[in-house]
Amino acid sequence: MMKDLRFRDRAKAEELARLIARLAPEEPVKLVHVCGTHEVTITEFGLRSLLPPQVEILEGPGCPVCVTPVKHIDEAVALAEQGHIVATFGDMARVPGTHQSLEDARSAGADVRIVYSVADAVELARKTDREVVFFAVGFETTAPTVAAAMLDGVPENFSLLVSHKLIPPAMAALVQGEHDISGFLAPGHVSTIIGMEPYKIFPERFGVPVVIGGFEPLDILYSIALLLRQLRKGEPKVENAYTRAVRPEGNLKAQAILAEVFEVTDHYWRGMGPIPGSGLKLREEFAAHDARERFGLEVESNEALHPGCRCAQVITAKARPDQCPLFQKACTPRTPYGPCMVGEEGMCHIWARYGGRPKL
Amino acid sequence: MCLAIPSRVTEVSESEALVDHGGVKKRVKLDLLDESVKVGDYLLIHTGFAIQRIPPEEAEETLRLFDELLRAAFDDEGPPLPGSS
Repeated sequence: MMKDLRFRDRAKAEELARLIARLAPEEPVKLVHVCGTHEVTITEFGLRSLLPPQVEILEGPGCPVCVTPVKHIDEAVALAEQGHIVATFGDMARVPGTHQSLEDARSAGADVRIVYSVADAVELARKTDREVVFFAVGFETTAPTVAAAMLDGVPENFSLLVSHKLIPPAMAALVQGEHDISGFLAPGHVSTIIGMEPYKIFPERFGVPVVIGGFEPLDILYSIALLLRQLRKGEPKVENAYTRAVRPEGNLKAQAILAEVFEVTDHYWRGMGPIPGSGLKLREEFAAHDARERFGLEVESNEALHPGCRCAQVITAKARPDQCPLFQKACTPRTPYGPCMVGEEGMCHIWARYGGRPKL
Repeated sequence: MCLAIPSRVTEVSESEALVDHGGVKKRVKLDLLDESVKVGDYLLIHTGFAIQRIPPEEAEETLRLFDELLRAAFDDEGPPLPGSS
């Protein structure tokens, strides 16, 4: 059950690969997933080498750290510079803001803490008189944990710098207007929370098939086969290939907790721009714990990517990392130029971590 | 970021459980679950919170679906592929 090796069975993978080859149409197929964890499995297990050449799978905006606007990073840095404790998840601290990253601020003496869970940040606030600000990033999987912590009760000196984002509106932004996306491999653990319903617009309005997939190699190959079968039949729909973790309705309790604490708002996505209804903000009742209200933040930010950086194309599934002139030359995990190389779930970072351009 | 790890419950208290993943023990919060949890259950853990209980029989069901797709494809959509059984 832990690492169920039956989900990594080589013979079965080869069988699924042969099926994929047979189901694939002759024309190019571009499948898009939106999850760094999917990209890790695809790259680590070399699944692209099992796909026929006309079937391509790209990441899209699946790395929350990569799409976090510079403005929010600048706000976090400003709070740290004001002398407050800023707590956040690991790779968020490394993303450069307009002037510096949270890690730079820490080197200059600011108190920046890396935590595993929002619960750790709340615990930290209980043990100090200082202000503790949790820089809350992440998609629908993570946001309910933060909402639950708020409902559980937080000390007066605890506040949130909210940068939570919603996945379906970002997927919709990819298929509005002209696009060449043949199907979506929907993120398993976001779907654990939201269920199947929010994806129905893709087959119904955009004619794009959706399969919710798990994270083992066979889960992904199976999901790709289902997407190709939908394309072949010309009947786009939402299918759930990850039934062991995703109920059709999702996790209703988590959805209710999320809605009690947060409301939907427009959000800016780095590399994509503003997307309506794609982010969360704290409801009025929690304004006392909203770091932006509490500390009256005003920052001047520059959202531009480094010249030559193709992260915007990578995030919108218009380019592979190796099509960027900087990839693995100037831009490496140690010397990242763009957010796709900083974020551990960025496609550039993952390809670099597993040895540069995968041999296909 | 949306990484979630299936882990086995070894102890349950009111709003928390102790889970074990390959020998690593961790205390997790149960606030997001709408069903009760007992020792031996598998939970999907994300940043210190259980986000779903995973029925072990569902893993078997998924493996069965893989085989079903392979069989159905061979039955309905042309002759078996070379090398398949």
